[in-house]
Amino acid sequence: MKEDLKLYDYWAYEGRPKIRWPNGAKVAFWVAPNIEFYEINPPVNPLRKAWPRIHPDVLLNSSRDYGNRAGHWRMMEVMDKYNVRGSVSLNIALIDHHPELIKEAKDRKWEFFSHGIYNTRYSYEMNEQQERAILEDSIESVLNATGQKLAGYLAPALTHTEKTIDLLAEYEFLYTCDLFQDDTPQPLNVSKGKLISMPYSLEINDIIVYNSYLGTPRRYAQMIKDQFDQLLKEGDECGTVMCIPLHAYAVGHPHRIRGFEEALDYITSHSKEDVWITTGREIAEYYYKNYYDDCLKSIKKQN
Amino acid sequence: MTLEKEYLEYPKRMYGMDHNFFDWSILQKRKKIIWPNNARVAVWISYSLEFFPLNQPSEPFKAPGGMVTPYPDLRHFTTRDYGNRVGISRIWKCLSKHNLKASAAVNSSVAKRYPYIIKKINDRNDEIIGHGVDMGKIHYGGMDDKKESDLIKESLDTLRKISNQKVLGWWSPAKSESWNTCKHLASNGIEYTCDWCNDDMPYKMNSEAGNIWAMPHGSEIWDRTIIMDKKQTEEEFVEQVQDAFTTLYEESEQYGGRVLSIILTPYIMGLHYRIKYLDKLFEWINNREFAWNATGIEILNEIKKQ
Repeated sequence: MKEDLKLYDYWAYEGRPKIRWPNGAKVAFWVAPNIEFYEINPPVNPLRKAWPRIHPDVLLNSSRDYGNRAGHWRMMEVMDKYNVRGSVSLNIALIDHHPELIKEAKDRKWEFFSHGIYNTRYSYEMNEQQERAILEDSIESVLNATGQKLAGYLAPALTHTEKTIDLLAEYEFLYTCDLFQDDTPQPLNVSKGKLISMPYSLEINDIIVYNSYLGTPRRYAQMIKDQFDQLLKEGDECGTVMCIPLHAYAVGHPHRIRGFEEALDYITSHSKEDVWITTGREIAEYYYKNYYDDCLKSIKKQN
Repeated sequence: MTLEKEYLEYPKRMYGMDHNFFDWSILQKRKKIIWPNNARVAVWISYSLEFFPLNQPSEPFKAPGGMVTPYPDLRHFTTRDYGNRVGISRIWKCLSKHNLKASAAVNSSVAKRYPYIIKKINDRNDEIIGHGVDMGKIHYGGMDDKKESDLIKESLDTLRKISNQKVLGWWSPAKSESWNTCKHLASNGIEYTCDWCNDDMPYKMNSEAGNIWAMPHGSEIWDRTIIMDKKQTEEEFVEQVQDAFTTLYEESEQYGGRVLSIILTPYIMGLHYRIKYLDKLFEWINNREFAWNATGIEILNEIKKQ
């Protein structure tokens, strides 16, 4: 084990190249619904149990399944109402289990990025060859099912190895959502190719707010709005990125969906000159084209 | 260390679920349900009456709400028992004030220990549903099949005998089931289970002993989850149930009748400083148009007709 994987260099928040998103927007805003499949009886990873109870953990497994059966549609309809496309953090096996949900997302021109094969298979203790198999499976499955060339990654259940970030660059991913060190994208140190970290706003992930901070739906709406206001203000100096990471099994409940709707209503009421409502891939592509080199220079100058 | 080969093999990676408990289906793609009198939201209230033995075993875990301190944990034993006398009395009174009926999940040992409770439930015309033997007897994967079958039989035989009700619903202690629970429930004349939290409407389950139904009985809107686990206030609990009603009411226009499940724990929501918020919630619900208050079995029977 190492003290630091040195995946990125320190980069002061002040004095960065002045990023402007399309139309001069100050915040690039994206929504990332995690569409996940939790196996009822997965094999055991030595470092993490999939379920707190003996299998079948009916209570928790069914609570997760709620997202696909009931919550997803509700969440999707709110996004439709505000014309927000999703960037789907996809457990790849869901393509096989629930193709109906894939089709709905594809018809709406949502982006798909990989979130591992199942949310009950963790990367801990994988050797390089095994982790490559996950990435190759992801690339091939998404291409076959959607025609999209995979651009983004969020490790399944946020489980990583020392190799994960290097491998993503080698397989020509454009961005990773796995690193939370900043509110703007950052060029990463990878052994081959290029990769950027994409701000994923983990702190307003619905699971973090509902299950770690034990927040109410109204507090969730307020946190999202407050975060947006702050990033809009700071975006005047250097364009920021804000994500709402979601799980239909959390946000999609009848008692919670209105909080999310309130937040989307607020953000989308801003002008195009304030906020660029987009997807992870589009942010990454725009950043590579316009700012990657300048940002890399700025980072190098500081280190 | 590296992972075994099987960790990257996916024998159940195929259409639908990775088990046979029920078939995959999307709530919003199903046929519309129409409730009696064109109601839009069926309001299903359920409460649980539980006995936590002082020498509660952890086999294989302790049910939430169970004993915490070294033996004898009189603190948790009595605060839970408070629910069975004072808490439930307040909840009954509140239900009666607003002319509401409910389903009562009762441990069979509660029925044996406190026959008064069964008499009260019968007087109110509330539905009794099975809730295991007591909170120390968990159903879990890998448990002895005969032992589980005996537990279910003991629970249901006792409840049916003492209450003279048919007892067609079931809620396992701690919402914990084994791989075989549904099979044993079906063979003991149970028509629905409350253990699965994956839907907002009843849906059909498969078992070797025939179909039963899963009723929408989510864990996220339970008073236990919101007040005890998430440490939110009574007002926040009420607000979330109201929001759920409003959402379900609105979507029922497009998707047909919906079920709002209100799940109460007498030793939680029946506390002195909480009960007035339940009173406000019931009053609010009674002022909604197109709400239909029904028991679990009444809702299920309506669905089965359609």
